[in-house]
Amino acid sequence: MSARPPLIETRGVGKAFGGVIALRDVSLTVEAGRVTCVLGDNGAGKSTLIKILSGVHPPDEGEYLVDGEPVRFAGPREALDRGIATVFQDLAMIPLMSVWRNFFLGSEPTRGSGPLRRFDRAAARRIAREELRAMGIDIRDVDQPVGTLSGGERQSVAIARAVHFGARALILDEPTSALGVKQAGVVLRYVARARDRGLGVVFITHNPHHAYPVGDRFLLLNRGRSLGEHAKAEITKEELTTLMAGGAELEELAHELARDDDNGSTL
Amino acid sequence: MTAGTVDERVADTGRLRRMLIRPELGAVVGAIVVFAFFASQSATFRSVDGVANWLDPASTLGIMAVAVALLMIGGEFNLSAGVLTGTTGLILVTLATRFGWNVWAAMLAGLAVALLVGFLNGLIVVRTRLPSFIVTLGTFLMLQGINLGVTKALTGTVQVSGLRRADGFESARAVLADSVTIGGTGFRVAILWWIAVTVLATWVLMRTRAGNWIFAVGGDDRAARAVGVPAERTKILLFMTTAGAAWLVGSILALRFTSVQANAGLGQEFIYIIAAVIGGCLLTGGYGSAVGAAIGAVIFGMADKGIVFAGWDADWFKFFLGAMLLLATLANRLVRRYAEEVRH
Repeated sequence: MSARPPLIETRGVGKAFGGVIALRDVSLTVEAGRVTCVLGDNGAGKSTLIKILSGVHPPDEGEYLVDGEPVRFAGPREALDRGIATVFQDLAMIPLMSVWRNFFLGSEPTRGSGPLRRFDRAAARRIAREELRAMGIDIRDVDQPVGTLSGGERQSVAIARAVHFGARALILDEPTSALGVKQAGVVLRYVARARDRGLGVVFITHNPHHAYPVGDRFLLLNRGRSLGEHAKAEITKEELTTLMAGGAELEELAHELARDDDNGSTL
Repeated sequence: MTAGTVDERVADTGRLRRMLIRPELGAVVGAIVVFAFFASQSATFRSVDGVANWLDPASTLGIMAVAVALLMIGGEFNLSAGVLTGTTGLILVTLATRFGWNVWAAMLAGLAVALLVGFLNGLIVVRTRLPSFIVTLGTFLMLQGINLGVTKALTGTVQVSGLRRADGFESARAVLADSVTIGGTGFRVAILWWIAVTVLATWVLMRTRAGNWIFAVGGDDRAARAVGVPAERTKILLFMTTAGAAWLVGSILALRFTSVQANAGLGQEFIYIIAAVIGGCLLTGGYGSAVGAAIGAVIFGMADKGIVFAGWDADWFKFFLGAMLLLATLANRLVRRYAEEVRH
C-alpha cells in the first residue's frame, strides 16, 4: 500500500519432513490492518505454513521477513516477542479455570514484592473485562469457567488475549472450522474487529464462504504448492470456491453425485 | 446491548453459581451433617473437650490432606506420602537416639531426605511422563522396604524409641507436639500448624501466580506449557510440598510418641486422597481447594472419634468412610455440573 514494508512476508518458503515435501515455494504478504486468508483442503500445507509463521519450524528454503527484515525464529516465544501471535485450534485455554485466570495464564500481573508478591486479581479481572469489551465480546461474567463458553466465545477470548499482549500480527488456525453458522459469524466479526484495530491477520480456513467476506488477500494452497495469491478485487467468491476445490474435480464430483442420485431413487 | 443489561445478568446468575461452584461446598455440608449426627448421639462429642479430642486426628491428617490436595489440583498423585511420614519420623528418632544428634539437627536431616524423595518423585514423573500413580507406588514400596530393613538392621526390632532423652527434645516438642490450654481444655499445637498450612496453601492457590499455574498444569498440562507456564517446575515443587508436609507430620508424631514403628504411616496415603476428594478435588486434576481438604480432614476426625463417643464398634469407621466418600463425590459432581452447564 505504501513504502512501508509489509508486517509479514514470505518469499518462496518451503519445508520438507524427511522425504515428504510439505510446502514448496509459497509467497505471501500480510499488512497491518488487512486480512490475508490462506485457503486449502486437508493436506494442502496450511498447518506447515502456520508453523513456519508462528516460529515452530524454520523454513528449509525461501525467506521469512518481519517488517522487511529477514528473520529466523528458534521458537514460538521469539515470534511472540516480535508481535506475531498464533491462536491454535485447541486455543491453549483451561476449561475449568475462569475467563480472567485463563486470560492472564503465564503472564499474570503481580503486586507487592518478596514473599508477599501476589497475583493482582482485581487488575486481572478489570483488564480482562475491559479488553473483552473493547473487542465487543459480550461475556456475562469473567469469573465463569472457560468451559462454560461456546466455541465462538472461546475463540474470541483467545483473540482478545493475543491483542492485549501486544500482538501486531494474528495467525488464526481454522478458527471457524468446528463451529456452527452463527458461531462462525461471531468469530468473523472479531477477526474484522482485530483488523480494524490495526492488526495484520492471517486467517487459515478451508471454507471460502468464511474467508471471502472478511479477507483482503487470498492465498490458495494445494498439495503443498501455491495456486497464487489474489487481491479481493481480482477474484470473485465463485472463482475462489472453484479454485479451491480444483475446478475439474468439482465438475467430476457433480457428475458423480447426479448419477448416484438416479440410482438412489429406486431404493 | 447496554452495560445495564449485562450487569443485571451478572447479578442474577453469577452470584448463586459462584457460591455453588466453590469446590469445598460439599465438604462444608458434609461436615455440618456429620457434626449434627454425632452431636445428637453423644454429649461428650459436642463438649469443648470432645472438640479438642476430634480436632487432634483431624490436624495431622489435615496437614497432609491439604498438601495432597494441592498436588491433586496440579494433576498428580503421591502414594508415597503416608510412608514418608514414617521414614522422616524414623530418621529423626534414629539419628537422635542411636547417633547422638540434637533433635533439631535430626529433624533437618529428615527434612532434607523428604525433600529429596519429593524431588525425585517429581523429576521421574515429569521426565518420563509415566502416571504418578505408578511412580509413587514404586517409591512407596521402596520406602516401606527401607523403613523396615534399616530399622531391623539397626535395632533388631521393628521400632525405634527413647527420643525423650535426646538433646533438644523439650524445645522441639514445645513447638510441634505440645498442648496449649484454652479455657481449661488442652488443644494440640498441631492444630495451629494445620490451620497455618491451610491458610498458606489457600493463599498460594488463590492469590499467587504459582496458584494459577497449579490449576493450569492440572487442568491441561499441554495448554499450560503452550502459554509459558513452567509446568515441570510447578509439578516438582508440588511433589516436594507433599514431602515437606510428610516431614512435618512425621516429626510431630515422633515427638508426641517419642518412638516410631517401622510401618508408621502405612495405609494413610489413601486417607489423604479421600479427604482431598471429600474436600472437592477432582481425581482428574485442575479443580479443588485447600480449605475443602482441611474440612475433609475434620469430617474424618469427627467420624474417627464420634464412633467411639457414640459407643459403637470402631470397625464401623471404615464403612462410614466409604459411604462418605461416595456421597461426597456424587454431591460434588452434581454441583459442578449445575454450575458449569454450557450456556450459549
